[in-house]
Amino acid sequence: MTTAVGSPQTRGVDGPRGVGDLGRPGDSTLARIGRAYEHQFLLYKRTWRGSLFNSFLSPVLFLLAMGVGLGSYVDKGGGGALGGVPYLAFLAPGLLAATVMQTAAFEATFPIMAGFVWIKRYHAMHATPLEPRDIALGQLAWTATRITLVGAIFALVMVPFGAVHSPLVILAIPAATLTGLAFATPIAAYAATQNTMNRFNYIFRFGITPLFLFSGTFFPVEQLPGFLQPIAWVTPLYHGVALSRELALGTIGGEPLAAIVHLGVLLLFVVGGLVACLVAFDRRLLK
Amino acid sequence: MSGGTSRASLVTRILPPVPFGSRRAIHPFERSLYLYRRTWLVLASGFFEPLFYLLAVGFGIGALVGSVPGPNGEAVPYQLFVAPALLASSAMNGAIFEVTFNVYGKLRWEKVYDAMLATPLGVGDIALGEIAWALFRGLLYAIGFVLVMLVLGLFRSPFFLLAIPAAMLIGFAFAAVGMAATTFVRSWQDFDLIQLVILPLVPLLGDVLPDQHVPARAPGRHPADAPVSRRGPHSVARVGGDRTEPPGPRRVPGGDGRRRAVRRLAAT
Repeated sequence: MTTAVGSPQTRGVDGPRGVGDLGRPGDSTLARIGRAYEHQFLLYKRTWRGSLFNSFLSPVLFLLAMGVGLGSYVDKGGGGALGGVPYLAFLAPGLLAATVMQTAAFEATFPIMAGFVWIKRYHAMHATPLEPRDIALGQLAWTATRITLVGAIFALVMVPFGAVHSPLVILAIPAATLTGLAFATPIAAYAATQNTMNRFNYIFRFGITPLFLFSGTFFPVEQLPGFLQPIAWVTPLYHGVALSRELALGTIGGEPLAAIVHLGVLLLFVVGGLVACLVAFDRRLLK
Repeated sequence: MSGGTSRASLVTRILPPVPFGSRRAIHPFERSLYLYRRTWLVLASGFFEPLFYLLAVGFGIGALVGSVPGPNGEAVPYQLFVAPALLASSAMNGAIFEVTFNVYGKLRWEKVYDAMLATPLGVGDIALGEIAWALFRGLLYAIGFVLVMLVLGLFRSPFFLLAIPAAMLIGFAFAAVGMAATTFVRSWQDFDLIQLVILPLVPLLGDVLPDQHVPARAPGRHPADAPVSRRGPHSVARVGGDRTEPPGPRRVPGGDGRRRAVRRLAAT
């Protein structure tokens, strides 16, 4: 336990109150994380329709317009730059990872900051036996659930489009989730330090949008000017897109080493972001 | 406003509200101007988004696509084809973002409008001022984008300068409708519903593809025939309302305080 225990601000002057359903001091860490997770789940239960339907509509529209429509022009042009792969099959798995990244980034900005500044839900949670790390992990576990749902729906939509060339596409869903978390964890750590939403614009304008467009989702990174390619290599989305594409096309067996590198880079970002997140939540709630 | 109200309000709902609004609408606009003087980088950063799209879609995907049939059948390089469409859709996106996320944040969380209503400003002034700001912001971006098109040589006729007012028209239509939609938003999750409407319009159906692939024309490409632009002024009137009228249950801001308070409590 931390120094906050028993301090009047966080515990109430007359001892531990409100312990009923909010979590008990004796709960295991996992149970406490579950409480924080449950909060998000209950919220989502009230508003899931819109977001779930969008999760269907977005891949349908993108694959229809860009994969099928624009793809017909790309394939007519020979498609040599794509290694003979139809544009739809090239685009779809990349877009899977990129879409999950976008959702993850959004979930890690406004809702996190709102939880500290506007709604103050994290402060409310902290007034119970939940520790900052329980709150952070519960929140991130929910983000992971949410983006896995988005990824799974996307993968499902890919099937009738004929954009799936291997049953390994199932593994592209956790790969996309990992990609999303590689963004969500460091961004959530940053969001936990913010009091307004102004700076989030920078993240989206100069981070998420350029990555979405230039990380090999829509066209191979080899088409980028030479000096930009190394930048693509160190961003998580490039690795997420490559991994997801190798899985959906079933070409992953050809280059196992590359796949391990992709996975390693993603894990590095997730672990680093996670640590940053724990520190940020700790600082914010215990200051 | 009692005698002949119905006719007068009918007229204000059909005609553009600008001549009928009060001159105080300048003040919310002024507020934004002051605010962004301090955070001008946020404002400037908005210029890069359409630029990134132009580079990625026009040149990145364009290199894969080559040429596409243009409006009159002749082959057009893809970047030339897609650039004006990106201008239009970025005008739409910019307007929507400004009047949905930003307005919702000010309305619901930052309580900016509550503060404004404590001054002689009316609800209509606020709506008008905010839409004017969204348009001004859009204008800056449209000019920037057209300059980039000019530098990159992505035009074939000097008429492409008229794309700026066309983009403004799109921006106005979506700003007004978007603001009306924002008043119905209950939580951040509801922005998914707004996205639901926007998604099919954005660079996909009308913008990145030649016409024969497009089942119905997206308003983004043809501002003049968009039903949306006709609905714009009407929505302003609705969001703005008139303070002498009994506030409708969802007329925000300045509407039914009790109901809002209940909602606010329910959400927290």
